[in-house]
Amino acid sequence: MYLLFVLLFPLLLGSFLLIAKPAKAFSLALGGSIVELIVAVLLLCQAKEATGVTEFIQPWIPEAGLKFALFIDGINGVLILLSTLLVPFIIGTTSNSEKSADARYLGLILTMQAAMLGAFMAKDAFLFYFFFEASLLPIYFIINLYGGENRNPISFKFFVYTLFGSLFLLIGLIYVYLRTPGEIPSADFETLYQTASILSIKEQSLLFLAFFVAFAIKMPMFPFHTWQPDTYTVAPAQGTMMLSGIMLKMGTYGVIRMIVPMFPVGIANWGGIVIILSVVGVLYGSIIAIQQKDMKRLLAYSSFAHVGLMSAGMLTLSPEGIQGALYQMLSHGINIVGLFFIVEVIERRTKTRELAQLGGITQSSYFLTVGLIVLSLGSVALPLTNGFVGEFLLLKSVFDYDITIGIIAGITIILGAVYTLRMIQKSIFGNASKVTSNFEDLTICEKLVIIPLSILVIVGGIVPSVILNYSQPAVDLLSKWIK
Amino acid sequence: MSSALLIPLLPFIGFLINGLAFPKLPKQIAGVIGSIPPLAAFALSLQLFFNFDGNAQLIPIADWIQVGELSIPLALQIDQLSIMMLLIITGVGTLIHLYSSAYMSHDAGFGKFFAFLNLFVFFMLILVMGSGFVTLFIGWEGVGLCSYLLIGFWNQKNSYGDAARKAFIMNRIGDLGFLIGIFLIFQEFGTASYQEVFEAIKAGSGTNVGLIAFCLFIGAMGKSAQIPLFTWLPDAMAGPTPVSALIHAATMVTAGIYMVIRANTLFELSPEVLHFIGWIGLATAILGAAIGLFQNDIKKVLAYSTVSQLGYMFMGLGASAYTASFFHVMTHAFFKALLFLGAGSVIHAMSDEQDIRKMGGLKSKLPITYITFLLGTIAIAGIPPFAGFFSKDEILAHLYHHDMIMWSLAIVGSALTSFYMFRVFLVTFHGDFRGTEHQADHLHESPIAMTLPLIILAVLSVIGGFINLPAFVGGNEFLAHWLSPILPEGSAEALEVHVASLEFLAPLAAAFIPAIIAIQIYGSKKSVPVADAEISGVQKIIYDKFYIDEAYNFLFVKPVNFLSSFFYQFVDFLVIDLLVETVGKIVKSSSNEIRKIQAGTIGFYVFMMVVSIAIILAWTLKSWMF
Repeated sequence: MYLLFVLLFPLLLGSFLLIAKPAKAFSLALGGSIVELIVAVLLLCQAKEATGVTEFIQPWIPEAGLKFALFIDGINGVLILLSTLLVPFIIGTTSNSEKSADARYLGLILTMQAAMLGAFMAKDAFLFYFFFEASLLPIYFIINLYGGENRNPISFKFFVYTLFGSLFLLIGLIYVYLRTPGEIPSADFETLYQTASILSIKEQSLLFLAFFVAFAIKMPMFPFHTWQPDTYTVAPAQGTMMLSGIMLKMGTYGVIRMIVPMFPVGIANWGGIVIILSVVGVLYGSIIAIQQKDMKRLLAYSSFAHVGLMSAGMLTLSPEGIQGALYQMLSHGINIVGLFFIVEVIERRTKTRELAQLGGITQSSYFLTVGLIVLSLGSVALPLTNGFVGEFLLLKSVFDYDITIGIIAGITIILGAVYTLRMIQKSIFGNASKVTSNFEDLTICEKLVIIPLSILVIVGGIVPSVILNYSQPAVDLLSKWIK
Repeated sequence: MSSALLIPLLPFIGFLINGLAFPKLPKQIAGVIGSIPPLAAFALSLQLFFNFDGNAQLIPIADWIQVGELSIPLALQIDQLSIMMLLIITGVGTLIHLYSSAYMSHDAGFGKFFAFLNLFVFFMLILVMGSGFVTLFIGWEGVGLCSYLLIGFWNQKNSYGDAARKAFIMNRIGDLGFLIGIFLIFQEFGTASYQEVFEAIKAGSGTNVGLIAFCLFIGAMGKSAQIPLFTWLPDAMAGPTPVSALIHAATMVTAGIYMVIRANTLFELSPEVLHFIGWIGLATAILGAAIGLFQNDIKKVLAYSTVSQLGYMFMGLGASAYTASFFHVMTHAFFKALLFLGAGSVIHAMSDEQDIRKMGGLKSKLPITYITFLLGTIAIAGIPPFAGFFSKDEILAHLYHHDMIMWSLAIVGSALTSFYMFRVFLVTFHGDFRGTEHQADHLHESPIAMTLPLIILAVLSVIGGFINLPAFVGGNEFLAHWLSPILPEGSAEALEVHVASLEFLAPLAAAFIPAIIAIQIYGSKKSVPVADAEISGVQKIIYDKFYIDEAYNFLFVKPVNFLSSFFYQFVDFLVIDLLVETVGKIVKSSSNEIRKIQAGTIGFYVFMMVVSIAIILAWTLKSWMF
């Protein structure tokens, strides 16, 4: 029953905030999201102890064989942890701003969290699809109602582009679903895996492409990414965090949950090209990030580069690649939310995100400096930070897949350092500028976000085994579909 | 818990305390908290040294990463090599911490400085104590981080920040090579722990050993500032001088040599790579020495000298003279730390002046610094019986038997070294004072916390050579015997050198003659290097470091920046996004067109209905008929 609670609690709380618009919205939302986190962690521990499978199944559309089925295994466990862990921080980042009193805004964040949790927990492919699409609505409103300049065309493009991609997923899904055995077809993942495994090579290849386009747009992957920098830049800070911290992981999760076990043959056919495209995206994004002037846009391209590596790693189908991608999803979520928050703090104080106008912040703000450096180190994958574990595993998987592609992908560790250190130097080192001369260090509320996230960066680099061991059995199970 | 675990742990605790308590902690306390960990670690290392029974000891810490077949444990390995490195790092480290407590006492970032210094010691210890290539890599990148933080310690100045970034990025280029080496090791052996890998190699497995060795060496080129990745080290002098002494002379930059010695089993099987290492070392040694000839910034001279001396160490490795190279790592740690700290003392006294043309005649005002710097100069020039003579001579002796061309060029480099070191020494301390009156009033010998490390290091620079005194002059070759268990067989065998041979006399001539010339020019005639504007011809090319930085800028930085704008402004906006937008526009405009059909004309609707029915009928008929 915990499962259902984890899904419904943020939904109900979010809807309550949206409809009733209570006065103490911030405390309610923050408290609620913390309760959600605690329950989710309990649930995850319980799921680990339990020998059987933790699931919740009710008929949904019995005529069509569709079930309202939720479950937890080692793979989505990591993502449930990610979603429930980040949302309290994201809500926390609204404190001291007018958004903290905005019940509608917080309600949208919580409902979006619920939708994404639904997608992660779904055991039925159509249920997954339902939540995958449903999560678009709250984020659309977050951007459209609270975004910056040009928010209307940009949110529209984002919405239509991702919706367009999902249609391929829907078509592909229906195709496999109709082929499932039995009088009434089923969309249970296990059944779909089985069905897909007997499809012809041609079918596998086409279906792989159809599924992949949907997830590639969501992540986004080169060359389907052009909605992303604009959207990340124009969305309000918390919207950007939700998008980059959690939402893009629905794309990578979809690849692991559906494409990897369903279409190994399709991957064998097309995976090479997609891996190359992913690696191209890694370098392309990193190189563009080098000269960005706006910190948010710089981080958007950096995030795009990181996702490319995850995508390449997963499609090698090796345990290192899949585990590395899973671990990187968690690390990337933590790091990017922290970094976007630091940009938000800087913007709140100085009213700008332009690197050219910043500098010298470190002299007056010790905590912000330490936070930015630690989170950046995670992002450039320094050993003993969380970013290293994922990047090491991913690069190793790509390297084992093909040495040349692996070496090219490895250039990311150089380029990552180039753009990240440039950002650090231009934003906080050097002499104070007009807007940064009276920069005030992090407030208590801001510290409560940055310090725990920074600690997680280090802890994640020292004891990755907690997470890796958690997901390992599920990854092993998945591997049996890959032959 | 094994006491060996405490050795890296203590500096880490020091880092945490000073890092968390900064800036509230008073400076005196911060200095003490910062200095105790390396001292305690030194004591523990000594204890390890004296209690060592000759068998390598593994201390497991944790299972770090375990995925599928891949297993990377965290563990420490205590053996002959790591113990020696421990003694150097914690020993020299302690002295430099002590020195820093006075040198940095006026700096607002005092506590932060000690935190970084401790963090550096922690990572450096992990680097040498780790039991496998991945653990080595943790330390390897970690010291790179500390180097970055400390070079950019005064990050208000943009050029310092640039130097710090350059160091980190150039190191990362090397690190990529190292990482690829690690991946190859995993592919070949399924593990990255030293013992398992080396045993597998000894058992004859491993087909790709040459490639692995090459990739690992790329890492060493970055970390140990060899051609072509050396240009970061001279810039790294932007950091406070104790940092230059500890990180950019005595310890971190020798990590590459440590790595090759550690993996000697692997390198021994790749003679081509060893050959390559030797020539890279030689080229770097000559280039560094040549540039050092005409530099006028006291720290820059020492920096190029470090580049050059590291080249000697790699030359030794290229000739499989592992003991000799390690010997030089050790003596170099003594005399180069001494020289840097001496330079720091001078800079301190001269109110942050670094240009030797504006110094002169400091010997009477800074007597301790003067004498210790002189001893360091003699040691590095290779004049017997000082430390540098024995270690460098051992490398040269091996080169003599390995490759005569390399040997002769190395002798040339040695002569250059002797000249530029006496030049910088004489111009700084002899002649007339050329500074401002303000500086003259402030001239003072440094406090005891700074001179004591100078004195200790000077003593070590004088007698340090006796640790591996060759048998033919009555020594017992302690270091060679100590290290022999981890080195290829036969490494401990002494080289026979005849006193009256070219082999023996040439290095002596290379040490003495340039020194005498330098004394003639800068001592007796009191010549002063000319001002920047008057430098011309070949000298200008050398003074401007052969324009290597400019070339890199042109070859790498500019193209990447160009690509960045090109991708962003052209490919992203004008190609990919335009395509996306066009698809959207086509949909929109075609829907605009199609919409016009629904104009509300009943007649048209009926007509379309009839046509459609006709088509459907025709289609059905067709399928009936065939």
